[in-house]
Amino acid sequence: MKRVTIDPITRLEGHGRIEIFLDEEGNVDDAYFQIVELRGFEKFCEGRPAEELPRITPRICGVCPSAHHICSTRALDDLYKVEPPPAAKKLRELFYCAHMLHSHIAHFYALAAPDFVLGPEADPAERNILGVVAKVGVEIGGSVIKHRSYAQKIQEMLGGRATHSVMGLPGGVSKGLTKEEQEQVVEWAKSEVEFAKFSLKLFDDVVLANKAYVDLILSDGYKLTTHHMGLVDENNKVNFYDGFVRVVDTTGKEIVRFPARGTAYLEHIAEHVEPWTYLKFPYLKAKGWKGFVDGQDSGIYRVAPLARLNAADGMATPAAQEAYEKYFETLGGKPVQATLANHWARLIEVLYAAERLLELAEDSEITSDEIRTLPTETPDEGAAVIEAPRGTLFHHYKTDERGIVRAVNLIVATGNNHAAICMSVKKAAQAVIKKGKVTEGLLNMVEMAFRAYDPCFGCATHSLPGEMPLVANIYDHEGNLVRTLER
Amino acid sequence: MTQAGSPKSQAAAGEGWEPKVVAFLCNWCSYTGADLAGISRLKYPANLRIIRVMCSGRVSPAFVLKAFHEGADGVLVGGCHPGDCHYLEGNYKTLKRKLVFERLLEQFGIEPGRFRLEWISGGEGDKFARVAEELVKTVRELGPLGSTAERLGRADGLALRAEGGGGNA
Amino acid sequence: MPEAKKKLKLALYWAASCGGCDIAVLDIDEKILTVAELADIVLWPVALDFKYKDVEALADQSVDVCLFNGAVRNSEQRELAELLRQKSKVMVAFGACACFGGIPALANQFDRESIFRRVYDTTPSTDNPGRVRPQTKLSVPQGDLHLPEFYNAVYKLDDVVEVDYYIPGCPPPPELVWEAITAIVEGKLPPKGSTLAGERSLCHTCKRKKEDKKVTAFHRVHEFVPDPEKCLLEQGIICSGPVTREGCGERCLNANMPCRGCFGPTPEALEHGASMLSAAATLVEGKEEAELAEVLDGIVDPLGTFYRFTLADSLLRIRNKSLGLEEKAEEGEEAAS
Repeated sequence: MKRVTIDPITRLEGHGRIEIFLDEEGNVDDAYFQIVELRGFEKFCEGRPAEELPRITPRICGVCPSAHHICSTRALDDLYKVEPPPAAKKLRELFYCAHMLHSHIAHFYALAAPDFVLGPEADPAERNILGVVAKVGVEIGGSVIKHRSYAQKIQEMLGGRATHSVMGLPGGVSKGLTKEEQEQVVEWAKSEVEFAKFSLKLFDDVVLANKAYVDLILSDGYKLTTHHMGLVDENNKVNFYDGFVRVVDTTGKEIVRFPARGTAYLEHIAEHVEPWTYLKFPYLKAKGWKGFVDGQDSGIYRVAPLARLNAADGMATPAAQEAYEKYFETLGGKPVQATLANHWARLIEVLYAAERLLELAEDSEITSDEIRTLPTETPDEGAAVIEAPRGTLFHHYKTDERGIVRAVNLIVATGNNHAAICMSVKKAAQAVIKKGKVTEGLLNMVEMAFRAYDPCFGCATHSLPGEMPLVANIYDHEGNLVRTLER
Repeated sequence: MTQAGSPKSQAAAGEGWEPKVVAFLCNWCSYTGADLAGISRLKYPANLRIIRVMCSGRVSPAFVLKAFHEGADGVLVGGCHPGDCHYLEGNYKTLKRKLVFERLLEQFGIEPGRFRLEWISGGEGDKFARVAEELVKTVRELGPLGSTAERLGRADGLALRAEGGGGNA
Repeated sequence: MPEAKKKLKLALYWAASCGGCDIAVLDIDEKILTVAELADIVLWPVALDFKYKDVEALADQSVDVCLFNGAVRNSEQRELAELLRQKSKVMVAFGACACFGGIPALANQFDRESIFRRVYDTTPSTDNPGRVRPQTKLSVPQGDLHLPEFYNAVYKLDDVVEVDYYIPGCPPPPELVWEAITAIVEGKLPPKGSTLAGERSLCHTCKRKKEDKKVTAFHRVHEFVPDPEKCLLEQGIICSGPVTREGCGERCLNANMPCRGCFGPTPEALEHGASMLSAAATLVEGKEEAELAEVLDGIVDPLGTFYRFTLADSLLRIRNKSLGLEEKAEEGEEAAS
């Protein structure tokens, strides 16, 4: 059987390859999306003082380190049963909105846009951020760079540095915002709101006005039917920082809801293992693992912008809410199952993050110096959930009475999307590769199926397996487990 | 969980293996004590490689790690009794370091019996001989540790460029 | 007629990394456009679509500089290190992981099997009764699938290939990145083997007030609110500043948090962790062993604190596999999860 390999996958965070098998007619028989990396955070965090984890776990991912930093910090709040002062929560959320801006802007313009601005089958030498800047012009390119830079600098103000910030503590943050810094943030936040609106307009002009792209977005090859998960506030509006985990089914009906703090996630989510990838597959326990199938009865759900907008009833800020309504109107109502719509949803989140950033920056409490409550309780167990740019993120710690970590469990963002990504890649491969015609451009279109998820596999594969197989499972051609051999 | 190639099973396998123990002895007290043991014809194992330092406070924890790195199976640091240090406070530094260092060694999986800090005065030849005897016996029972290069070789067997540690500046 | 200046060929690669070093390159902001004018980037998986086969097709030594970030954790990463070394004139260990192992090297404290067990068996959300594990080679109906071999230990880049320059930091700050790129472009690099950062400890540039170093107790960062103007070490908070290279701008200190040493050891403090252990321990006041032990007990995780970024660069490197200690650790683990 002919085999086509994409190695490595590119324009994402993470390491992996795609193996595509063609049958005699040259059509796609199967495709495997293999994640080849891991490091072992769930193990080597054992023995570490818990308060160090907000500065260790961000090294899971340097693109979304602040997601781990803040999630870890909130897990420590739960561990120590300590309530941060209101100003500290606002500072964390302000910091976090800036982070979402950096990450989403980086993804859209550097990783995703090349496929739309240059075209999916453009020359790889040009199909990248540098090609995008050359095409849209140095002014727009400069604006992209500038606005991501503002977002990084805001994180630096509060966290010392943007990548791998340091300010999170149980019960608060280590640094506040001065009056001068606040004024600067307000100025930049206003510019971010305008930039977000500009980005949505760009998407309109470059993507939505192009019939070929719209057809691609709505095509069956890039569509799955899944449940969706996202964090919402008490009004069921999208919230990145705290609230409730909400899952809606394939019809959009709420089927799961639990607080974004504590260990309730264990009642709802389990992780499945396959022997051809290092990354596990989270699924809904209520539905069970049914294999790589989508649909109402499958346990597979999706996360990240597409999912968050589906799982919520709206956006908490006005311009984003308008964009949200237009999005669903255009795409035919809730829930939207078109994977490539993730790119549009992501830009709506950029607008929300910018508006929310401005709201928080203009809050008079943001310059308060009451930013820490010292923990007094004996630590034992704590967990928190946050929305990383790429999906729902769970940090769960157990410690001894001194707060030294005994056990860590992490379910990380893109990991939630792993099954969906595998299916999306296979479906896209089957849709675009026919009769043995394989070109670099077509292979890139297969990659576009995962790129829409803005995956972060460094995140997903925080874990580390070994190389010595202890168990060999023999599958037949239909994927049924035939025999298990153990060493 | 027994792993093939663990120190204990290796000790059984390696005939004629003799523990290598490095002893950092301070000039004014413990080295003199060791000298006295020699002069007094007290028996103590030949496994010790003695390194004379002016003060036990001169012994950086990195020296002890370097000894293990190079293949020492045990390390002894000998200093003056508290209050008797020729340089007044050097041995207190040694003590402070040891109190943290032994926990570091534990985290590295180096069995507690392999490293020992002892106060041995110039007149305590018998104490020196006894301590040396005890340490070598303990290390013999624990088996060979192996140099860092050997242990890395057991881990993955990769051909490595650097010999296994100690900075790249 | 003068020859037009040829563009440099630049490769960027990530091994066992988090992507932060790649973001660090983007954080030079608009200067990235200057880089694009001066160099052709022939490999950069996060941003460009060149694949491994494109690298294999390059002529040996045709890449002027390779910025290699991430530690070496599996066979694929080792192979790419060797391939890129072959294709590049200059190989740079970029970031703490490539230089010293970084945070992933903390995995060297653990037995691979116990990590394996944690991820695929004992994590509370994992449902794997069949004890399925990823395979380095798996036969599926259509053919064979492969995954890289995971090593037992984490290695730094110069363990597997010759490294010409080291740029430390987790990640290297944008200023340092730009300085290095400028030096490369202008051909003004120091002697091979150099670390492109300061030679002194960061205490030299740290603006905090340093008075008398006598510690009577150690405090963990969540236990009290430190004075923002005074040296943290003097307040009993472990800070690896004294043994860590300068050049980062003390960004962590500016946010009132201590240094954990991501720039690696100064030339004097070769064994990063042991040097800081010694420095911290000897700051403690007192002479009574029992009292000293109580104070020093406040240093709760010597290995993880002092070797936070540099375990793959240490003298002992990996945990010794030893009976008894392993069993105790496993029992603790089953009980914990």
